[in-house]
Amino acid sequence: MSQKLVMPEAAAPPALEVGGLTVAFEKQGRRVEVVSGVSFSIAAGRTLGVVGESGCGKTMTSLAVMGLAPANGQVSGSIRLAGQEMVGASERAWADSRGARAAMVFQEPMSALNPVMTIGRQIAEVLVRHRRLGWREAHEQAVEALASVGIPSPALRAKDYPHRLSGGMRQRAMIAIALACRPAVLVADEPTTALDVTIQAQVLDLMVEMQERLGMAIQFISHNLAVISEIADEIVVMYAGKVVEKAPADELFTSPLHPYTRGLIETLPDPQRRVARLPVIPGAVPKLDVDFRGCRFAGRCRLADDHCRAVSPELELHAADHWVACHKVDV
Amino acid sequence: MSVLLDIDSMCVHFKVGAGLFKPGKTLRAVEKVSLKIGENETLALVGESGSGKTTLGRVVAGLEVPTAGQVRFRGERIQSSGKIQMVFQDPFSALDPRMLVGDIVAEPLRLLGEGTAAQRRERVRAMIEQVRLPADAADRYPHEFSGGQRQRIAIARALISNPELIVADEPLSALDVSIQSQVLNLIMDLKDSRKLALLFVSHDLAVVHHIADRVAVLYLGRLVEIAGRDELFSRPSHPYTRALLDAAPRIGARRTRGASTLKGEIPSPINPPSGCVFHTRCPKATDICRSAEPVLEALPDRPGQWAACHFKE
Repeated sequence: MSQKLVMPEAAAPPALEVGGLTVAFEKQGRRVEVVSGVSFSIAAGRTLGVVGESGCGKTMTSLAVMGLAPANGQVSGSIRLAGQEMVGASERAWADSRGARAAMVFQEPMSALNPVMTIGRQIAEVLVRHRRLGWREAHEQAVEALASVGIPSPALRAKDYPHRLSGGMRQRAMIAIALACRPAVLVADEPTTALDVTIQAQVLDLMVEMQERLGMAIQFISHNLAVISEIADEIVVMYAGKVVEKAPADELFTSPLHPYTRGLIETLPDPQRRVARLPVIPGAVPKLDVDFRGCRFAGRCRLADDHCRAVSPELELHAADHWVACHKVDV
Repeated sequence: MSVLLDIDSMCVHFKVGAGLFKPGKTLRAVEKVSLKIGENETLALVGESGSGKTTLGRVVAGLEVPTAGQVRFRGERIQSSGKIQMVFQDPFSALDPRMLVGDIVAEPLRLLGEGTAAQRRERVRAMIEQVRLPADAADRYPHEFSGGQRQRIAIARALISNPELIVADEPLSALDVSIQSQVLNLIMDLKDSRKLALLFVSHDLAVVHHIADRVAVLYLGRLVEIAGRDELFSRPSHPYTRALLDAAPRIGARRTRGASTLKGEIPSPINPPSGCVFHTRCPKATDICRSAEPVLEALPDRPGQWAACHFKE
């Protein structure tokens, strides 16, 4: 069991508090909500896992948290970074915040890093922008940052361009850039999905280690339930833009309540319980540009009835810290 | 078990970086690999990227020519007879977007010159039904289908020539989690009903445990261990196999940092380490590992399990 940094419970607001977050687009004269009323909060030193399939809105949620939602997207609700409301904030305020208070690590380091700038300069840039350091001092700190994420020969690697590094090393470099200014919140969007399992294990270790050292809150987005299970303290399950279940990590896997969560867990092959045929969730994730009435999962749900198809279920508290949005769960 | 496919000391080398005045270097993607696949057997190939598993699969499917060694199918050299077919990882790039699904599925028959157009249409119709696509799928284009449905189209194309062996290279990894089990069930159903053998290339050990009869572990182009599924998962012999199993994330397992994480990265196949190629990352490595390359040997008292390590468990 890893030791988590113990934070005083009272006083300090959560590092990240998201309330009723909605991201909507106009598509052919119709309003399409790709993120719909999402709420969660993460305390310093804790990790929230966001799990769901493609099209469930998990990436759009994290982009919104970084102020990076596409310009034609309408963001409403509340995003509080270390207590400060960011929805409606100016681009200038977002720019001051990004990298300093909240930073992001992406799935594909090769497309997220600047290919024509050395690794060292990409870290130094953040320090010059937010810490007002001179370039020389920033470069020295950049080398230290590379060393702290376990990159061998950091002084040499700082002078390399991203294409010279392996996938795992690039992801380490991206973590170094993200953590250079000690942000309160790290948003990691599928950070290990492009990596081999052995390198994935190394990068997960690194994130746990950096969290112990720096105490940031992590929002960890993944489609991989096993990865989420290993890294998260609390888990949010998203489906078609909505949160369908939210619970402490252990509880979610031992007693999942939403039929979608249950389905996801059951469909995974489990070496401990080998079955001839895997259970399946029929159908596929719906397209969001239709008028949803009722529960968005109803079309694939074995339990769905007319009420489910007519009335959208609210997220309700079922047990301690365990929230679920389903008419078929006895609340 | 009667042998369907017999790979004997297969090497696949690529010339890289050669120029007008430069000799270039040799990339050893697959190095002296020998293994057999029996009728109706599923053999899984596992290993990190750069282990040579995809290259090996491509040779078996006839898409790559081995530099040395033999690959025999029912005792004969591989020919394009439609008896070995392939399913690729990405169903978005594996299907020609300008061809109708019916023509895509029929193409192997057309290339093999089998049947009349009417007969081919009938076989396509039956095949589309078997992979549980909608009946009108033949008259539509690939872009009208989701990822899971496209992989069904690719499976239909692979099966239409009645192959005996399917090479499936990461057929699930581009699909959504809830779709993976649908496609995995379909592959297993078709394998049973058509008595297929399967060479299943995958990095997902939970899926491998579900589908495989035997598992071959590759590292830097070498076969380091091969064993029956249960033996490999319960008693891995090679330290690399153990490291792979330990690295796989598991539901309910809280991350215990660094406990058994494999250090470092897979070395370059252009300039592989001396001796045992795994020695640079191996927790057990000693002087002998740095100088002498271990050979693949049967483990005493463990039938069917072979490993290439000086310190086999």
